[in-house]
Amino acid sequence: MGYLSSEQFLRSVKRRRAQDKLFMVVVLAATLVSTLALIVIFVTLSVESVSFFTRVSVIEFLTGTKWTVLFADKHFGVLPLLNATLMTSLIAIAVAGPAGIAAAVYLSEYASQRFRNFMKPVIETLSGVPTVVYGYFALYFVTPNFLRAFWEDLSIHNALAVGLMIGVLTLPIVVSISDDAMKAVPYDLRLAAYSLGSRKIDVVFRVVLPAALSGVVASIVLAFARAMGETMIAAIAGGFRPVLSFNLGESMQTMTSYLAQVATGDAPHGTIEYQSLFAVGLLLLVITATLNFIGLKVIRRWEIRY
Amino acid sequence: MTAEEEVLERIKVIISERKDEVGEVVEKDAAILTEDLSVSYHGRVAIEDISIKFRRNAITAIIGPSGCGKSTLLRSLNRMNDLIPGALVSGKVLFNGIDIYSRDVDPVYIRSRIGMVFQRPNPFPMSIFDNVAFGLRVNGFKLTKDELRKRVQEALVKAALWDEVKDRLDAHAYSLSGGQQQRLCIARALAVEPEVLLLDEPTVSLDPISTSKIERLLVALKHDYTIIIVTHNMQQAARVSDYTAVMMPDENLIGRLIEFGPTKEIFTSPKDSRTEAYISGRVS
Amino acid sequence: MGDQVLRYEDLVKRRNDLKRTLDRVVPVVLSLGVFFGVTVLAALLFDVVTTGYDRLNLNLITEYPSANPAEAGMRSAVLGTIVTVGLSALICIPLSIASAIYLVEYAGGRRWAEVLRYNIANLAGVPSVVFGIVGLGFLVYGLGLGRSVIAGAFTLAILTLPYVTVTCVEAIKTVPEDLKFGAYALGATRLQVVKSIILPRALPMMLTGGILGISRAIGEAAPILIISGLLFIREDPVSLLSRFTVIPLQLFNWISRPLPAFQELSAAAIIVLLLILLALNSAAIYLRYRLYRRLEAT
Repeated sequence: MGYLSSEQFLRSVKRRRAQDKLFMVVVLAATLVSTLALIVIFVTLSVESVSFFTRVSVIEFLTGTKWTVLFADKHFGVLPLLNATLMTSLIAIAVAGPAGIAAAVYLSEYASQRFRNFMKPVIETLSGVPTVVYGYFALYFVTPNFLRAFWEDLSIHNALAVGLMIGVLTLPIVVSISDDAMKAVPYDLRLAAYSLGSRKIDVVFRVVLPAALSGVVASIVLAFARAMGETMIAAIAGGFRPVLSFNLGESMQTMTSYLAQVATGDAPHGTIEYQSLFAVGLLLLVITATLNFIGLKVIRRWEIRY
Repeated sequence: MTAEEEVLERIKVIISERKDEVGEVVEKDAAILTEDLSVSYHGRVAIEDISIKFRRNAITAIIGPSGCGKSTLLRSLNRMNDLIPGALVSGKVLFNGIDIYSRDVDPVYIRSRIGMVFQRPNPFPMSIFDNVAFGLRVNGFKLTKDELRKRVQEALVKAALWDEVKDRLDAHAYSLSGGQQQRLCIARALAVEPEVLLLDEPTVSLDPISTSKIERLLVALKHDYTIIIVTHNMQQAARVSDYTAVMMPDENLIGRLIEFGPTKEIFTSPKDSRTEAYISGRVS
Repeated sequence: MGDQVLRYEDLVKRRNDLKRTLDRVVPVVLSLGVFFGVTVLAALLFDVVTTGYDRLNLNLITEYPSANPAEAGMRSAVLGTIVTVGLSALICIPLSIASAIYLVEYAGGRRWAEVLRYNIANLAGVPSVVFGIVGLGFLVYGLGLGRSVIAGAFTLAILTLPYVTVTCVEAIKTVPEDLKFGAYALGATRLQVVKSIILPRALPMMLTGGILGISRAIGEAAPILIISGLLFIREDPVSLLSRFTVIPLQLFNWISRPLPAFQELSAAAIIVLLLILLALNSAAIYLRYRLYRRLEAT
């Protein structure tokens, strides 16, 4: 093989540069799909919501206490749905928060490397189980076989079982982010605490946990956002009764299970029922996006520190 | 004059310029005494047969090339080695005549009597005040708010940091400079009122000005404390210590004590040829 | 300090030291958090298997759904899952790999890349049911695709895109920098480096991420419920515009029926679904294992 003449070499460079440019345009376009998707999500929800809000006042939507969109006598107060969503999510966090933080502290600070390597994937599995399966478990096991042992007149569809199962579903979020945060605390700080005569509980609860606090808080916020968006568990085990109630043992309807209910029935394109999907969806997105924004910001702040 | 002779000459100047009588301290009793101390990690011996008397109210420097087990020795004096999986200690460490490795002894009480300062400043991510108060709180001292405040102030004064931070005790510890952070760590250790202070290359990450501040501080502190400092800086050892222990790894890379005595003797008339070679920089 | 003589008693373990007791009790309490998760998982699997085992037979995947639980199967749902999720993977995985290449190799650490990365994180935070609603409004009605396989596949592809992209980014980051710099130093363009250095090394891990994305898509019911509706579908999805259902959606249908026979049917179908996911995850783990062995060998 002979040497390239300088002219041939230049041509080869030019050609390769052109190919590289073209390739860059292609991969850039692929990357922009995510951004485009976000725009489409926002615009689609907004456009249909605007149609909804030309027929229903925003004030009524946000402050009304009756949600009877699927009945003849229609009321459009979203509070019963919002209330049910917040209640099930709070129950979920009441489960996933303490259990998840405890598990994370145990795995990060106490467990042997082997136990940790074995257990982390097992716990991750909990978020890989399809949510319809949790719905099944809530409806056919948790409520009849477990909860009714303590609470006899518990309704078969109830907020408590839904919240518990969403808690199990979001447990891995709390465990994995909190564990990461605690593992990121420099080992030096633990040594310093021991050298001052600390017992392990002092090291863990006065040094490591406070130092990792922002990560732990972020894990809770992100888990809460995830809990609010969970649909199938609420649709299967929570019932479709849009009532403004604080009784955990009652059937109620979350924002997401309303969306599921509309989908199971018939809501022709352009009707108010159809448009209500988008208004409720938009509200859900605004709340969860705000929570995610806060969570990601807190995580980032903690990443910068160490 | 060769480069090595120059180094030795410089160290001799340092020693002769010291105001206190280095090496001529009255023979005092030992605060800590090790007898045939050996430490191994997962069966691999790190240091073997170390017997040293660390004298009360004096500064003892431990010097030696890296990997000679200086830090291992230091960590076995307050049972920090307990925290390393696979670490095994044999021999004796007597603290005020009490064997700290005896079965009934609680390492937590040992550590609250023997403070430690690390290579890199490692203040806790909390306020300056909380850093200093930390040891008092975990050790269950029953103090009123005023007493706590007083103890924190005393510790900061002793660590020569009080004047710089007295107006901002609630500021985050990370807002301090590196040198200030290290003095904060010293204050944090002093607040618990230990008898002994162990320092593991405390100035290695600091600038010369901060280093000299800390050295002066240590010399001032020795009237109240027994100080043991690991350093790889020979001039530092010559500047601050009363006694010097020289460690060296043998052919099996096991750290051994090759010479121990008053600092003046070690630096001016070492008995072991390896010591002289190390001090003058021929071994590193 | 030196004034008081230290006594042996000062250093020995004290029996009534509350903190020492706590030090032993606390980890036990904390470990309950781990065992809570494990227990729920075990109870769930036990309940599903004992309830559904007897109903488990081949009819479950060869028959169409029926009002009679004894005869019902989920043939249409299984085929629907294969077609829809398969198609979504074909869309999602190349997009993810391309995005990852752009983010790591072209955009680097620039502010612009931060914005793109942030968008991806945000997309991951959108509730899956919202993807369904947008799919319904934009794909089904807006673009006129109807409640079809292709609308479902696009929705699932965008839903899993952020997860798979993140693993692909991680995969590229595992390629040693010196290898890349070595190639750049020889005058290779970025395209050549991507083709000859990055892809061969990172592809197994990227595919692992792809498989995990697929198993996520398989388990999703909410977006498909919104797009497809709750249908009783007794025909195979033969074209991209066919109406369709998927396994989790068929499950939702059966679970919602109060008859005990449907509960057993649901449990049996859950076993099938979990076995599919188990197989996929095992494949991902095997792939990762092979990859590590190969990397260790080099």
